[in-house]
Amino acid sequence: MALAEDTNPMQGFKWVGSRPIRPDGFDKVTGRAKFGADLVLPGMLTGAVLRSPHAHAEIVSIDTSDAEAMPGVKSVVTGADFPEPYGKPAEQDVQRNVMAREKALYEGHVIAAVAALTREQARAALGAIKVTYKVLPHVMNVTEAMADSAVVIHDNMITKNVDPAPEAPSNVASRTVFDGGELDKGFAEADVVVEREFTTKPVHQGYIEPHAAVADTTPDGRSTVWCSSQGHFAMRTYTSNVLGWDASRLKVIPAEIGGGFGGKTVIYLEPLAVRLSQKAGRPVRIVMDRDEVFRASGPTSGASLRVKIGAKNDGTITAADVWMAFEAGAFAGSPVGAASMTALAPYKLENFKIEGFDVVVNKPKVAAYRAPGAPISSFGVESVLDEVATKVGMDPIDFRMHNAVEQGDTATYGPKFPVIGFKETLQAIKDHPNYTAELGPNQGRGVASGFWFNAGMNSTATVNINDDGTATVVTGSPDIGGSRASMALMAAEELGIDVVSIKPVVADTETVGFNDVTGGSRVTLATGAAVVEACRIIVADLKARAAKGWDIEADQVEWVDGRAQPIDGSQPAVSLAELAKNWGRTGGPISATYSHNARGVGAAFSTQVCDLEVDPDTGRVTVLRYLTAQDAGRAIHPSYVEGQLQGGVAQGIGWALNEEYIHNDDGVMENPGFLDYRIPVASDLPMIDTVIVEVPNPAHPYGVRGVGEVGIVPPLAAVANAVAAAADRRITDLPLSPVRILDAILNSED
Amino acid sequence: MTKIHVTSEINGDEVEFLTEPNVSLLNALRDEVGLTGVKEGCGTGDCGACSVLLNDELNAACLVFAPEADGAEILTVEGLSDGDHLHPLQQCFLEGAALQCGICTPGFLVAAKALLDKNPDPTETEIRYALAGNLCRCTGYDKIIRAVQDAAAQMQEA
Ligand code: FES
Ligand code: FES
Repeated sequence: MALAEDTNPMQGFKWVGSRPIRPDGFDKVTGRAKFGADLVLPGMLTGAVLRSPHAHAEIVSIDTSDAEAMPGVKSVVTGADFPEPYGKPAEQDVQRNVMAREKALYEGHVIAAVAALTREQARAALGAIKVTYKVLPHVMNVTEAMADSAVVIHDNMITKNVDPAPEAPSNVASRTVFDGGELDKGFAEADVVVEREFTTKPVHQGYIEPHAAVADTTPDGRSTVWCSSQGHFAMRTYTSNVLGWDASRLKVIPAEIGGGFGGKTVIYLEPLAVRLSQKAGRPVRIVMDRDEVFRASGPTSGASLRVKIGAKNDGTITAADVWMAFEAGAFAGSPVGAASMTALAPYKLENFKIEGFDVVVNKPKVAAYRAPGAPISSFGVESVLDEVATKVGMDPIDFRMHNAVEQGDTATYGPKFPVIGFKETLQAIKDHPNYTAELGPNQGRGVASGFWFNAGMNSTATVNINDDGTATVVTGSPDIGGSRASMALMAAEELGIDVVSIKPVVADTETVGFNDVTGGSRVTLATGAAVVEACRIIVADLKARAAKGWDIEADQVEWVDGRAQPIDGSQPAVSLAELAKNWGRTGGPISATYSHNARGVGAAFSTQVCDLEVDPDTGRVTVLRYLTAQDAGRAIHPSYVEGQLQGGVAQGIGWALNEEYIHNDDGVMENPGFLDYRIPVASDLPMIDTVIVEVPNPAHPYGVRGVGEVGIVPPLAAVANAVAAAADRRITDLPLSPVRILDAILNSED
Repeated sequence: MTKIHVTSEINGDEVEFLTEPNVSLLNALRDEVGLTGVKEGCGTGDCGACSVLLNDELNAACLVFAPEADGAEILTVEGLSDGDHLHPLQQCFLEGAALQCGICTPGFLVAAKALLDKNPDPTETEIRYALAGNLCRCTGYDKIIRAVQDAAAQMQEA
């Protein structure tokens, strides 16, 4: 498919780039929208989940007989109700994560689940399940887990990509390396070398809607599942795999999703609900409590990093050496690979080495979190770059501009960059008044940049023209932040009808073709391109129908502003609405479907500047101003693009300043609630200024790049660099909480 | 457990429901009354998703026992609009793209109404502090604050 040939990114648009009210908005401001926990079915039971109180323990026995006999209890499931783990290692990990088998691997790991008439009965029954544990020693961070004497979590884990392969199992799942040139030569050429070590803590995506699933399993062995997820097709695949079922036995209906940020691309409750419902013969709903969300779902990795960068006095980076170890949680699969690929991607570099380790610890299995891994590696690299720039006496933007990649440069992770807009983001910051705003005492300014690949993957869209001249646009991509609006805008642009005449629908797994998850910033790009292509098929069909009526060839008809007209003007134009009304006489229903594996993903860059003040008496940081410039390629609905930019920044500020998982010596999480795991609130933040840079992606019909993720890459370093400037000392461990900053101020030499 | 009979005026209607004494107003509104626009983000008073007005005062419904609502007036997001006429806050949230996923929106709308009822012309700082009990993970609050400012301006004019 040659999308690029259709591209004329400079053309004027009627709908693309406008800001209409989103089609699903009315339901969402009136309380009508149904999220995961909102569905009620007749006879529905309430499920509850028993979780391990231990970070690492052998499960010696489970006795559910008392619980089963309790009032209102209709079904109980344990590991014995699911197939023995089978299939690929990553599949077995999901099977074991959803329901513990031989061992509980983290505090919060599922041991059993119950369905009862009421919530209170279900909870009471959990207390009656007798579990005998043999508590094992646990490891909670990469340093402990990588020590020679460390307790080994999985006795079959042999580190991958080490030559020769180790003979003994360890907690290191794999090693990744990207390198080029000669490090020694590069550092020898440097006039300035800075080396630092950093640590970051696990942080949670923090979506406000807890995970929820409803399942109705019928006696024919099929089940309908309603859940809030970033991709119901993926939920179907994973859930059927855990159950050992053919996927066709499951129908998954998407609920509205109350935030995901990567954390709802995976399953937790769905297989439990299906089996509980099957055993009880009634529908079952399970909703996580907030503490379960923290203890058992998603965080992203805590990490340790070492970054060494050298540069010449003219600002040219000569060498970079990055070492990283990421916590994966209890199963292999941290985002250290993506962190390695993105770490140095914004810069032209000949001599570099990036070595990463994926390390298991007794914490929940990490899940994707917005540009997974990139904020962590970028934190280390952009912090060191800041110091290098200062040492060579360059403005941090000029320094980055001097080394920035552009079209045709080879990325440190391999490929050559196509059209990209990194330098444009740097320039946008430099040109903005925030960058020269005056700073007072104890105030500092920090700059950082970031890169994210973005994803394409698979999408299907169906467009149906209704008799009244409107269009229904059906996709299978859950709308997590306004994508229905962008689908409608692109369809309106293609069809030439008013955007309010477009009804975008997110359909279930049996109603539309396959769509991958809403992730990788891919929906407006990939699903959007499928919508555009389906609309183009419709337009071709409409032109052909009009041509037939006029008895001319279809190629003698053009489509202008929602009307077919003969190129020679020999007939009056006929509108989409008129053609739609006559569909029965012109060839039947007007409908088109387009499926593709989207290629030509547009890489995304962001540059940000943070101004903040450090209170020297308390260590508290107040963010004064924040500016983000990001290349969106083309903003389809600019308000929702700005929203993505602002949301990423806010999460990044939380990560930098406050958020962290705190575990006690027993490996038990001590802050599993929003009171103690403090995400930014309205009074913590200023307005977040945005500049949408538009360097169109030639591979998308409108030039779209994904916008969702890259915005969270720079804030950790931008904030840390600003704190370093304001407090006149650099703190390399996140979060930069008041305690840590005050400690650094009080205990510094000078 | 014997159920307790509760009568409240919810969104202008007299509503009766039965509840056990230890059930939160949040769960009663969602499960017994069917008002699922009231959301649960935490159940511990930390996120504001369950914000309701109880006798015109802003409350986290998850921290109120359902029987405490006997005889009370309750306003939830479902009662904000006047028939099919949206409240200015709802309209400004839509026009200003002040929601992304929308799970926090009902709570923000109710909390913002509570603010504007008492302080029709708040400063940005006053809005930020008045809404500090409502968590939004998607928007970074910028567009929410602006939407409340816009609604306040519109209501002042009206
Ligand atoms: S659910 Fe009530 S404050 Fe969070
Ligand atoms: S819009 Fe998603 S939490 Fe506020």
